[in-house]
Amino acid sequence: MPDRKLRILVAKPGLDGHDRGAKIIARALRDAGMEVIYTGLHQTPEMIVSAAVQEDVDAIGLSIMSGAHMTLFPAVIDLLKSQKAGDIEVFGGGIIPDDDIPQLKKLGVAEIFTPGSSTQDIVQWIRQNIQPRA
Amino acid sequence: MAPSRRSPKKLRVAKSSRTARAPGAPSRRRGSRPRGERRDGPRPELRTYDASTARQTGTARRSWEKGELAASTARAPTRRTEFVTDSGIPVPPIVLPADRSREDFRDLGLPGQFPYTRGVQPTMYRGRLWTMRMFAGFGTPADTNQRFKYLMAHGTTGLSTAFDMPALMGYDADHPMSRGEVGKEGVAVSSLRDFEILFDGIPLDQVTTSMTINASAVVALCMYIAVAEKQGVPMAKLGGTIQNDMLKEYIAQKEWIVPPRPAVRIVVDMIEFCSRNMPRWHPVSISGYHIREAGATAVQELAFTLADGIGYVEECVKRGLAVDDFAARLSFFWDVHNDFFEEIAKFRAARRIWARVMRDRFGARDPRSWQLRTHAQTAGVSLTAQQPYNNVVRTALQALAAVLGGTQSLHTNSLDETYALPTEESVTLALRTQQLIAHESGVDRVVDPLGGSYYVEYLTDEMEKRAMEYIRRIDEMGGIIRAVEEGYPQKEIGESAYHFQREIEEGERLIVGVNAFQSERHEPVEILKIDERVAEEQGERLRKVKAERDGRAVAAALARVEAAARGSDNLMPPVLEAVKAYATLGEISDVFRKVWGQYREGGIF
Repeated sequence: MPDRKLRILVAKPGLDGHDRGAKIIARALRDAGMEVIYTGLHQTPEMIVSAAVQEDVDAIGLSIMSGAHMTLFPAVIDLLKSQKAGDIEVFGGGIIPDDDIPQLKKLGVAEIFTPGSSTQDIVQWIRQNIQPRA
Repeated sequence: MAPSRRSPKKLRVAKSSRTARAPGAPSRRRGSRPRGERRDGPRPELRTYDASTARQTGTARRSWEKGELAASTARAPTRRTEFVTDSGIPVPPIVLPADRSREDFRDLGLPGQFPYTRGVQPTMYRGRLWTMRMFAGFGTPADTNQRFKYLMAHGTTGLSTAFDMPALMGYDADHPMSRGEVGKEGVAVSSLRDFEILFDGIPLDQVTTSMTINASAVVALCMYIAVAEKQGVPMAKLGGTIQNDMLKEYIAQKEWIVPPRPAVRIVVDMIEFCSRNMPRWHPVSISGYHIREAGATAVQELAFTLADGIGYVEECVKRGLAVDDFAARLSFFWDVHNDFFEEIAKFRAARRIWARVMRDRFGARDPRSWQLRTHAQTAGVSLTAQQPYNNVVRTALQALAAVLGGTQSLHTNSLDETYALPTEESVTLALRTQQLIAHESGVDRVVDPLGGSYYVEYLTDEMEKRAMEYIRRIDEMGGIIRAVEEGYPQKEIGESAYHFQREIEEGERLIVGVNAFQSERHEPVEILKIDERVAEEQGERLRKVKAERDGRAVAAALARVEAAARGSDNLMPPVLEAVKAYATLGEISDVFRKVWGQYREGGIF
């Protein structure tokens, strides 16, 4: 068990406004005892990474419904690396076809949750896989 | 107090649910009887059931409760102690005339008669079937043009255009914010050239077109007018709808450019312009769909959508428009979710509330101003990625509810839409679903077949009552624009969405294939992929347009758009002039951003 609360940034990159999922996840993580920062909508990868670094989070959860995941996930991961924050884990969910998942994982996305995943699956995965950063 | 979900109420709620004119609504001026209405002074009642029959059914029920019902529940208790609709309306085991002893036949009326509970047209589908309007748009304008022609060849009866996210947010295809999004969730358009390709070979005087675009709707409508003009079709002959409902953007769909007040000003400009120049056009489609998809209950969808409608009418009246000059052109758009009877009741209640609001609150005199005409779409959010073929069945049931509710137009979702935009095959199956309902099920043969169903009438009354409670509360807050600025509907919807998710995770609500009846068998579906070639092609065309156009004419036209935005002149004429000069959607939106600022919503959850 972590000795301090996990800090998670729930982020909504891209132009689509479907924030139902992101808000439900943010709330479920908070109810599970984590500190949650939600970026709001229409964030660029630059805005997300800057928020993550500033807020000193342990992980970023990206919610993407627009089909732009193959562009936006790698952009966030590359920016984290260039800001020496590559140890912030990135996970995500949304409308992401199964075929794209292996490629995303190869690029460094820790986990992808597809439609039908429960908030408890996500809470559990975070507890098992995300450690407070040193 | 806002109506709460799951309010425990006893069975006989129907008794107190007799609908009345909205409290707080100004009464009609004396001696100014609107056409089509014969109601003056105290309202005479026209009871559907005579008092003695109603009483007798109550007596029969009491004996049934003590007899058959008691014996049955003693042997096997009911599956739940309480049943409620998806909006939390208590569902009695049976509804009888005893519960509806005060039902006034005039709250139902006949089809085509105030308050239009039974439908806006006297003949409904006996006269003309609903429009089968399949929403389509992806990739390049040429890709979508081809899909339009495919759908027309397969019997779709109206076009419906989905635009990509950059277009919806007012960015051109080459803008940095458009990275990875060009042509993904809809068709990519940046300039009039794209519209020319999109509608190439489609005679715009013979089809009606719906365009789902809001924040940049003024640009899209002007581009459509300009394309039609090139085909030799004057704007007065154009038929169709532009969604252009900005209030629900702040509430639910969240595609915006500028803050709510200037956004609504643009909407009013468009309503004003269309009421004078485009008699066949619907300048706004007041949409519950996105509100519902964001997590609202059916009651909330009904309430917030009608509140949005009231907001637009108020703003138009403030502008000095006469209500009967524009009200008939307002149209609506409902979601159709899973709770079959509640959805049907929602359509019926919506018509009744709107008729009363328009006549009694706004003093509309023309019966067409009282009629709520609507498009409907099956609930995208109800589709599951698991066992995708189940989605065909869900969609069929929802589509049937929309038809039984009396929709004027319908889109049915495709089975693969939890993965991506639909393939041609899956869209065809979704269209066939509507054709089956229309031509094989027989439900088209009678008007409002569920009218008079004790249960459906009970639900219709309850939906009306609960929606009116919300509308009253929004009025008390100072109207819908203020309520939206304060985040009130947003918060209510967020609560409902979270509640719904908890119900699924706690197994209180079963979703077939998701938390019940799961199957290990993988059912692969083919997925439509949009590649980056689209972004390149769009960027290339944009460069060409910018190189070929008269730069000075564009700058001058944009300056006139800015002057109108800063002043009070209607924006439509200068925007039309700008698009004809090939000013882009992004450039015109930049003018709006410059004048009014970019809207941002805080990260509240």
